[in-house]
Amino acid sequence: MTAITLNGTPHAVPEDTTIVDLVAEAISRPLGPDGRPLDGGRLGMAVAVDAVVLPRSRWYRTPVVEGQSIEIITAVQGG
Amino acid sequence: MTTPHPDPLLLDGAEFSSRLIMGTGGLSSLHTLEQALLASGTELTTVALRRYAPGQGDTLFSLLERNGIRILPNTAGCYTARDALLTAELGREALETDWVKLEVIADEDTLLPDVVELLDATEQLVARGFKVFAYTSDDPAVAHRLEDLGAAAVMPLGAPIGTGLGILNPHNIELITSRADVPVVLDAGIGTASEAALAMELGCDAVLLASAVTRAQDPVAMATAMRHAVAAGRLAAGAGRIPARRHAVASSPMTGLVDTDDPEDVPRGDWAPVREGR
Repeated sequence: MTAITLNGTPHAVPEDTTIVDLVAEAISRPLGPDGRPLDGGRLGMAVAVDAVVLPRSRWYRTPVVEGQSIEIITAVQGG
Repeated sequence: MTTPHPDPLLLDGAEFSSRLIMGTGGLSSLHTLEQALLASGTELTTVALRRYAPGQGDTLFSLLERNGIRILPNTAGCYTARDALLTAELGREALETDWVKLEVIADEDTLLPDVVELLDATEQLVARGFKVFAYTSDDPAVAHRLEDLGAAAVMPLGAPIGTGLGILNPHNIELITSRADVPVVLDAGIGTASEAALAMELGCDAVLLASAVTRAQDPVAMATAMRHAVAAGRLAAGAGRIPARRHAVASSPMTGLVDTDDPEDVPRGDWAPVREGR
């Protein structure tokens, strides 16, 4: 298992997990290699790895690495 | 084919028929929020960016998509240019827009803009290709600097966020609108409809508000009121109001009056008491 911090809390994922796997699991929605939902529509999410935004086009090719701090961000109510 | 709106709001080349931008903050019920947004007629709204929490059902994002309301992500909660840059990048990625409502606040008690960080962040975001909608103080000099740095819109506050104190310095807002070459959006402080109308009368291109509607006892009714107030203020601003003056000017003819028994009865002078029965 690979130990990471996900949205501020400790989290473990299987070896060879990619960012697209991590996001799909977190939101319980299958994602394509382009990081977009297979059920259509837009996702409305972003990912930052160690405080750097990772474009969704790279989620599929980017492995989750031990010790990383990963944030999955979405739109919430706000002025 | 739809008829073009006669007086559209132009923001970064995009056209909106509504000049009310209603934010999404302040309501616990997404259903009520949706009703209020629809009642407001807004075509552009703001959202914040936060960690995804599992178990979110009908999400805000799908609500806005479903209703065709364009999203302006904000950088609420950022205290430094550095924080704001990361949040803006997350917003661009998540919501697929290079528009950002840039908020860099000084402290959590006042939520007033930290204009030093704001100017720094504006410059950096513009260089990264963002269209910056800068939430700022009501300082005309800062508004001018933001415009010089390439802000797509300048958004001075009427009063601190969520206070509902209205427009504390109308003179400054008018100075900003009279000198700006980019859209000016009155952002924050509005409490009720007359204040939204005043913002438009002072020359603002649009009004952004959230709490005034979402924390009202009847959000849908207040959203409707704001919709009308902004439209009314816009019309009034362009209608050429009469000059204010000290003394009355009759709107009824002063000639052709019927005779009275007592011509002495007509009061003269600068001051005259109101007389019963006339």
